[in-house]
Amino acid sequence: MDTAEIMRPENIVYRKPALITDNVMHYCPGCSHGVVHKLIAEVIDEMGIQDSTIGISPVGCSVFAYNYIDIDWQEAAHGRAPALATATKRLCPDKHVFTYQGDGDLASIGTAEIIHACSRGENIVVIFINNGIYGMTGGQMAPTTLIGMKTSTTPYGRDPKINGFPMVIADMISHLDGTAYITRQSVHTAAAVRKAKSAIRKAFEYSEKNIGLSFVEIVSTCNSGWKMSPVDANKWMVENMFKKYPIGDIKDVLKDAPAL
Amino acid sequence: MAEKILMKGNEAIAISAIRNGVDGYFGYPITPQSEVMETLMKERPWLTTGMVVLQAESETSSINMIYGGACCGKKVMTSSSSPGVSLMCEGISYMAGAELPCVVVDVMRGGPGLGTIQPSQSDYNMIVKGSGHGDFHNIVIAPASAQDMYDFVDWGFELAFRYRNPVVILADGIIGQMMEKVEMHEQKPRRTAEEILRDAPWATTGKPASRPRNIITSLSLDSDIQEVFNRKLAVKYAEIEANEVKYTEYLTDDAEYLFVAFGCSSRICEAAVDELREAGIRAGMLRPVTLYPYPFARIEELAGKMKSIMSVELNLGQMVDDVRLAVKGTCPVGFYGRQGGNIFTPEEITDAFKKFNNLK
Amino acid sequence: MKEEIIIAGFGGQGVLSLGKVLAYSAIMQDMEVTWMPSYGPEMRGGTANVCVILSDKKIGSPIVTKYDTAIILNQQSMDKFEKTVKPGGLLLYDPSGITRHPERKDVTVAQINAIDIAANVGNSKVYNMAVLGAFLKLRPVVEMENVRKGLAKCIPARYSDLIALNEKAIEEGTDSVLVIDEK
Repeated sequence: MDTAEIMRPENIVYRKPALITDNVMHYCPGCSHGVVHKLIAEVIDEMGIQDSTIGISPVGCSVFAYNYIDIDWQEAAHGRAPALATATKRLCPDKHVFTYQGDGDLASIGTAEIIHACSRGENIVVIFINNGIYGMTGGQMAPTTLIGMKTSTTPYGRDPKINGFPMVIADMISHLDGTAYITRQSVHTAAAVRKAKSAIRKAFEYSEKNIGLSFVEIVSTCNSGWKMSPVDANKWMVENMFKKYPIGDIKDVLKDAPAL
Repeated sequence: MAEKILMKGNEAIAISAIRNGVDGYFGYPITPQSEVMETLMKERPWLTTGMVVLQAESETSSINMIYGGACCGKKVMTSSSSPGVSLMCEGISYMAGAELPCVVVDVMRGGPGLGTIQPSQSDYNMIVKGSGHGDFHNIVIAPASAQDMYDFVDWGFELAFRYRNPVVILADGIIGQMMEKVEMHEQKPRRTAEEILRDAPWATTGKPASRPRNIITSLSLDSDIQEVFNRKLAVKYAEIEANEVKYTEYLTDDAEYLFVAFGCSSRICEAAVDELREAGIRAGMLRPVTLYPYPFARIEELAGKMKSIMSVELNLGQMVDDVRLAVKGTCPVGFYGRQGGNIFTPEEITDAFKKFNNLK
Repeated sequence: MKEEIIIAGFGGQGVLSLGKVLAYSAIMQDMEVTWMPSYGPEMRGGTANVCVILSDKKIGSPIVTKYDTAIILNQQSMDKFEKTVKPGGLLLYDPSGITRHPERKDVTVAQINAIDIAANVGNSKVYNMAVLGAFLKLRPVVEMENVRKGLAKCIPARYSDLIALNEKAIEEGTDSVLVIDEK
């Protein structure tokens, strides 16, 4: 079988999503970002909303998300993406607006912005990548770093007496009346990827219904920051991260019984 | 006939925003400018023009909301007072770096720190020289009346969109709180989606198949690319400096002594000029209306004819540095100021003037 | 013509709105005006004052230290502003609550018992309009027709039934002002 034969259309079992650009990704091999980008690109393409979607990228590893998905993008200051999204959605209510934020951006410097966007019930989608570490600046502690986890600023492990406790953002914001859909997913197996994709699709669909903010947390790996191989990182995530950040839906106002 | 209404400078900002078809206002309460958002909330322009008005959770958030709105090519603005504007500096720098148009109103109060809530002009250096990290300028316009507050909103947006640059209306507690007669024009419509596509083809309006994606960012990481961008900004600033300098003069034709004052100080100075003229002293005044770009050339030209020049400001002496730069040592430059929210009287200014010039 | 007026009293006496009605009336007469209040914590129940300048010409400084007229409605304001009236100017005050009456001999001193007028008219809120009436009697800087127009501009439409009451207070104030010493 020569190359030409392999590349026949009927033999294609997988192709790059139409909305992923040809730019070479800067993410480390094994990083979860690439998979999540792919899912967002597929959802936007499948929903046919490329021309009405505005993405807002954070500061952190995914600052360059705008290089990879073929839509209009705004690049926010550190932590402020929900503020940009708020104004964008309110001024352009017919657009689909999403932020893409890591745990340093959303759960540390940007807590005020995310909490208040949730509280106001902005009709936006938030994709929250939680890998428990600052990737871009070289592996420092994040608000979501687990107790005992070693980072460059907790070289002996996170000690709650010194560093406090991990923040469980998705559960916190589930108590805010402005949130419509909150789920926690991962992308470490094919099955998990499929579930994460339908969660992202649901979040975009909910944002069209004007029922409040939709929040998809993706518990992720940072094998470089964690100093592990991609395979070991996935294993470590399942054994440790999932205990603190269990996978599954946390809130769905269209499904849940009304609060008593 | 134009409608004439008695209103505060702060109210004039709000009413002007509505009448000029501004798309969005995002702000946070702080004295002495809270009437801007209060007036907008009372007027409810979302029911008439469709203008969005939102009380944000902080000044940090307000400025980033207008960052988002400006990315969409919308006419968006915020207002605050000194401590709140300090918080906005990060966002202003990002907007300068992303070349976004916006209007920010600073109704200055006494500082540093929490300071006082009384009028001051002590943000001159922050706004004219800095307002955030990096190599950039705001276009800065300084109103001296409630009518200016009304008129400068439209002018501010015109400049902001012409140069894709943040514009700061640098006002103070007097101009914000004082009521005066304001002449208002007819309601102008907000720009349509088509007009935004025409005027702001760079905006994030949703990527159609017909164009590449629009990305609004201030990040480059590559020094050479960043340097090219910085030099592009320099060209823009040179154009602004060549075309947009604005000032007014009062009795300068035969003057031997010159005052330089902006904003509310210029009005008090005008009264001081009148008093000195009555005493037979030929004083005059120049009021910079744009603080960036600054009227360096005109002050230099006038300096050649003056026995001395005095800068009069509600601070410890900030604009006086620019006056000295303009004068280039050709005549003595003095300074008189009050601080902390205190306001000088015309008499205080004439006394300081006489002392500086050894006049009786 | 230029009239520089300080109006000072307690918050709640309607000091700022007195100034506003006066300023709006002058606009109706096509004059230039400035209305500059003290603001901040002072507004919350303490003393309140506003400087109103009316002029045929463009007004330079909105801040002055000497006034053609001081309208004084409590003792603190008397202590602060009695000395700021220009010689030959007018000091109009409400004697109720005043423990030390003005001592200036070089200004016109007049009294207005505005509390009594407000009580007669039947609404304590029109107190300040009685004071305005007294001022206009002694300094007819704005024609009564324009005062009526200015008043209408200051009262929200939903309270338009109160316009007549305010006008009555202005009239009564005009009739009741008592000149103690004329200069």
